[in-house]
Amino acid sequence: MLTYFLCLILFCVGLYAIVRKRNIIKIIIGIIICEYAVNLFLALFAYKMNGRSPIYSPRQEIVNMVDPLPQALALTSIVIGLATTALLVGIAIRIYEKYGTFDITKINRLKG
Amino acid sequence: MKLIPLFIILPLGAAFLLSLSGKRKGAFCDIFSNAITLLLFIISLITLYNTNTQILPLIYKVGGWAPPIGIPLVVDSLTAFMLLIVNFISFMINLYSVNYMEKFTAKSKFYTLFLLMVGGMNGVVISGDIFNLFVFFELASIASYALVAFGSRAEEMEASFKYMAMSAMGSLFILLGIVFLYSNASTLNMAHLSEVISNQGINKTVIFSSILFILGFGIKSAIVPFHAWLADAHPAAPAPISAMLSGILIKSLGIYSLCRIFYNVLGVTTSFLSLLMFLGAVSIIVGGLLALGQSDLKRMLAYSSISQVGYIILGLGIGTPMAILGALFHLFNHSIFKSLLFLNSGAVEYATGTRDLEKLGGLREKMPITANTSLIASMGISGIPPFNGFFSKLLIIFACIKSGYIGYGIWAIIGSVLTISYFMKFQKSAFFGPAPKELESTREVPFLMQTSMVILSIVCIFSGVIILPKFGNYFTEPAKNVLAQGKDYKDMILKVTNEK
Amino acid sequence: MKAKNNSDNKGMSLIVKTVTRIFVGLILLYGIYIVLHGHVSPGGGFAGGFIIALSYILFMLAFGKEEILKRIPERMISILESLGVIMFLVIALLGFSGGYFFYNWLPKGMPFKLLSAGTIPISNVALALLEVSLGLFGIFLVLVLLKFAPKKDLEKDEE
Repeated sequence: MLTYFLCLILFCVGLYAIVRKRNIIKIIIGIIICEYAVNLFLALFAYKMNGRSPIYSPRQEIVNMVDPLPQALALTSIVIGLATTALLVGIAIRIYEKYGTFDITKINRLKG
Repeated sequence: MKLIPLFIILPLGAAFLLSLSGKRKGAFCDIFSNAITLLLFIISLITLYNTNTQILPLIYKVGGWAPPIGIPLVVDSLTAFMLLIVNFISFMINLYSVNYMEKFTAKSKFYTLFLLMVGGMNGVVISGDIFNLFVFFELASIASYALVAFGSRAEEMEASFKYMAMSAMGSLFILLGIVFLYSNASTLNMAHLSEVISNQGINKTVIFSSILFILGFGIKSAIVPFHAWLADAHPAAPAPISAMLSGILIKSLGIYSLCRIFYNVLGVTTSFLSLLMFLGAVSIIVGGLLALGQSDLKRMLAYSSISQVGYIILGLGIGTPMAILGALFHLFNHSIFKSLLFLNSGAVEYATGTRDLEKLGGLREKMPITANTSLIASMGISGIPPFNGFFSKLLIIFACIKSGYIGYGIWAIIGSVLTISYFMKFQKSAFFGPAPKELESTREVPFLMQTSMVILSIVCIFSGVIILPKFGNYFTEPAKNVLAQGKDYKDMILKVTNEK
Repeated sequence: MKAKNNSDNKGMSLIVKTVTRIFVGLILLYGIYIVLHGHVSPGGGFAGGFIIALSYILFMLAFGKEEILKRIPERMISILESLGVIMFLVIALLGFSGGYFFYNWLPKGMPFKLLSAGTIPISNVALALLEVSLGLFGIFLVLVLLKFAPKKDLEKDEE
């Protein structure tokens, strides 16, 4: 049970970075930390003591098999996270190009 | 039945074929992407017809795998309703962007991203599997992030970054919610999930994941405490994309997913409904007040979107069949007139080069078609009687009063008055009055842009008839029934699944 | 750097280049191994494609971007990437011959047989060799190749 809470604390660390930090790169790192917390959570609840990988093998009873689906879900969410992160970094570079700063309080041409 | 996977195959396949064509200019990209969206619109009409002739929902088993294992595509009346809206609006906007996107360089890339977004939205609407819904959700979101930054000016980059940071947080909340649900129920199929949850009863995990879903979908549909990104992102995008985002993206990603998951899968509770009502009412007033103070045309329209989405959320929150009908009808109407208004703002910007309301004026003689269509849309959105917006707002306000929430009804009426006032300001300062000297040489926009605006305004005038049972019975009424039957959804799906 | 023909001046030092020359092929091979055995052992299209992309990126870091762009032009990357997706879609569409989208139209898998498991290995190859590897490499390349001129736009606006 404690591990789940640690995982949620990791999520909250990422959330803190997104909400509180002023540097764009730190915000991106916060988003990545959040993503990894979710992926870690997926891996954690699928964990089984002495579990066996769900690959078929001959002369072997398939007992205590772990659920294969969370791993597939984690992989999918990693791919999605990769795409989001790549786009975020690309936009961050372009923002630096346009504004000359990573400080989000100085990037304020939009208001209202 | 065989047509169902085409909603995903066509846009995605076309998107990558278009990206093969490179930076080449010419008519090929325009004709091809317009043909694809027209085809999607026709298929969605056929699908609507099919769902009306059948009582049970249609299920397509991808790869031939039966639902608990495989991923099903489910088409019931609500899905058909949403598919028709998504594909109709995207066809209109595609028609419009043929001329509008001329001034941007990489038109084929625009169409690639556009079709990816359409494919993502179709996938969200059509999917019967909660994780698959999330994947399509992200596909549409990522395409929209890139499209907001498409003009690559400083403001667009900034808006896109804000949008992306907020929206990525929303997606993570939704993913975490899905993970919690899966850890509880060990299935991802919506019907099976619903069955498992109703057998187990509501426990703490389900409550926690519903809070996460409210946060996530609230961010996506820009309900008031989470609305900050919308007013930046929607104006910064090119006009067709603003129309897509405000017209259908926040609805299919935010509102549709919210109602599908809460009404049909998790089941609604009174506390959830009262939360929705409160958020909706706050959105109406806050969005309206913020819109009143704007001088940027597109920014005003974006805040107006927040306000109008508030009506839909309020209607869904009341939860009586009449209110849900009103909410769905308002969803349809809002997608029509808000995309029309954003297209008008794009036309004004195309012709004059500015969208600052204080610099505009007297465009009525110069651009008669834009002026008249925007007048129709403004009257529709502010709820002037013969137009469609009147009936849907009336339904929601009636439902408020009928269920005893007179306070919320009064708030909705105040919101409607606010809407009229800021659209009067828009009409007065953009189209009436004397024209400034800089705008002397303004001319009407090209033909295709006019065509799509005129078609949308015709729909805007005549879609008020959906209130009549004769027309509504084929369109909004069955969609309302899907939501009103609540958790009986799973019985319908499981019945179809077990038959075959 | 004006001496364009002298490729020794580009990229990193001689030690890095020599080590890279030995290892880049092995990394590429390992990636291909993971892709091709994706259906019988852990791994698959995404993991294998990632390793292949890393081999490209290592090559590029060691020898400089001109060297790799000579071998795979930027335009080629985007074309091949789109082709990968279209290939994946065609595999899925061929499933209509069996009646369903994504239907497995090849014979079903046998345990411990490399050439089995229906459409899965082909999809893995389409995804890994073209889509994931070149997509990732393309992302990296685009981020590297961005013309970088900070504050230019800001000054223009302030004038």
